[in-house]
Amino acid sequence: MMHMPSPVHEAEKMEIDRLLTGIRDRYGYDFTHYSWASLKRRIDRVCDHMHAASYTALLDKLFYDDRLFDEFLKHMSITVTEMFRDPPVYLAIREKIVPLLKTFPFVKIWHAGCATGEEAYSMAILLHEEGFLGRARLYATDFNKHSLDKAGEGIYPAKNSELFAANYHAAGGKGNFSDYYSASYERVKFKDYLKEHITFSYHNLVTDGVFGEMNLICCRNVLIYFDKILQNRVLTQLAESLRHGGFLCLGNKETLNFTAVKELFEPVDPRQRIYKKSGASHV
Amino acid sequence: MYKAVVMGMSAGGMHALQTILPALPRSFPLPIAIVQHLSPHYDSYLAEYLDRISSISVKEAEDKEPLQRGTVYLAPPNYHLLVEPDQTFSLSVDARVNYCCPSIDVLFESASDVFEEALIGVVLTGANADGSCGLKIIKARGGLTIVQNPATAESPYMPRAALDAASADYVVDIGSIAPLFRRLSQPQSRREHGCSVNC
Ligand SMILES: C[S@@+](CC[C@H](N)C(=O)[O-])C[C@H]1O[C@@H](n2cnc3c(N)ncnc32)[C@H](O)[C@@H]1O
Repeated sequence: MMHMPSPVHEAEKMEIDRLLTGIRDRYGYDFTHYSWASLKRRIDRVCDHMHAASYTALLDKLFYDDRLFDEFLKHMSITVTEMFRDPPVYLAIREKIVPLLKTFPFVKIWHAGCATGEEAYSMAILLHEEGFLGRARLYATDFNKHSLDKAGEGIYPAKNSELFAANYHAAGGKGNFSDYYSASYERVKFKDYLKEHITFSYHNLVTDGVFGEMNLICCRNVLIYFDKILQNRVLTQLAESLRHGGFLCLGNKETLNFTAVKELFEPVDPRQRIYKKSGASHV
Repeated sequence: MYKAVVMGMSAGGMHALQTILPALPRSFPLPIAIVQHLSPHYDSYLAEYLDRISSISVKEAEDKEPLQRGTVYLAPPNYHLLVEPDQTFSLSVDARVNYCCPSIDVLFESASDVFEEALIGVVLTGANADGSCGLKIIKARGGLTIVQNPATAESPYMPRAALDAASADYVVDIGSIAPLFRRLSQPQSRREHGCSVNC
C-alpha cells in the first residue's frame, strides 16, 4: 500500500513547532500547548502583517528584535471582553458566592487572564454594591502587557456603554451603571475608588505558577486557548492557588468535566461554571 | 471516503436545519459541524430542540470534544468553532457586538486543514458572504462542495456569494440535501467529479 501523506501538512506543523520552541527558548513565552487551530490562524495573521513569507522567516525576524516580538505578542492574545460578560454568572456570584465570602474578614480574588480589565471592574462594582469592596483585594493578571496598561487606566470607548449597562442590569445591578464612571468625549473612565481595590499585574499562567491563597478565582475564556495537557496543568495550579473552600469560576463554555482536577471540586452552579474547592486538601 | 461534513448558514437557517436534520438516519456515518448565525437568544435551546425532532443526535459542540460519527454539532453562540488536528473541537471567543461570531469561514478553514479532501463543505441560505472563503479553500484542497440553490433559498445572498467564490460540485434545493448526504456517505460512494487520486 502506498504511504498516504498525513492529513495536516506535516512539514508545516513541524515548522510551526520550531517557531514556537524558538520563541520559548529565546523569550520564555511558551505557546507549545495552545490549541492548535486558532493559534495557527493567529500566527498566519502575524505572518501577513509582518510580511514574513514563512514561519521560519517569522522566527528569523523575531529572534533578534524584541520590539517586533512585543508586537507579535499582541497578536497572540485574543483580548475580547465585556463588562459583566454573561450576566447570569455575575448574578450567581452575587447571590450564591458573595454571601459566603462575607463570612471572611478579608478576601482575595484573582482574575486570571483579565485582558483589558472589564471583568475586574465589574467585580469591583458588584462588591461595592454588596458593601464588601472595602474588605476585598482583586488581583487582575494577564500576560499581555499592552492590555494590562489599558486595564490599569480603566478608560474604555463610550460606544460600548449601552451594551455594558444592559449587562449590568441583567447581572442584578442595583444602581445606575453611569454612576461608576465619568464620561468625556468618546470615552468613559471608571471611578478611582473601584480601581483602588484592584492590583493589575503581569502573570503568565503557563510559566509563572501559583499565586497566593485566593478565596475566588475567575479564569474565564482563557482555558479554551489551551490544549488538554496545558488545561490540566493550569487548572492544577489554579486549584493550588485557592484556599480550601474557595471558588473557581470558568467561562461559559469551559467545564471541569474530563479534567484532572474534577475530584478536587464540587459544582456550586454548574450552568454558570462555578465550582468550590472541596476534595483532598493537598493537591 | 468522506470523514466529516461542515455546514454554514444564516438567515433562513432555522428552517433549513428543520428540513435537513430530521431526514438523516440515526446511524449517519459522519460527524456534521454547523455554524449558524442565529439570534443569540436561541442559545443552547436550539440544539435541544433540533435533537428532539431528529433521530440523529444533535448537540452544542464543547471545547476539546472529539468529533463523532452520527452526531451533529452546533457552534455555541458567540464562540468560533474550530477543528483541531486530533479531530477534537476547540472554541474561541470573539466580540459579541461584531456579528460574525461564530464564523463559517473559521470552521471551514480549520476543518479543511484537518480533513483535506475527505471533507464535505455546505453553504446554505443566508444574508451575508461568510463561508465563501472557507468553501473556496475546501474546494482547493480537493474536498466536496455543496451550495443550496440560490433561486429557491430563503435568503439567496450567502449561497450566491459562495458560488461566486468557489465552484460547487452540487447546487441543490434544500429538500435534496439530506438524500445527497446519505448517498455521499455510503462507503461505496465514488466521486463523480474533481478526479480524486483516491478513486
Ligand atoms: C478572551 S480573553 C478573556 C478575558 C476575560 N477573562 C473574559 O472572559 O471576558 C483571554 C485572555 O487570556 C490571556 N491569556 C492567554 N494566555 C495567557 C497566559 N499564558 N497567561 C496569562 N494570560 C493569558 C490573553 O492575553 C487574553 O487577555
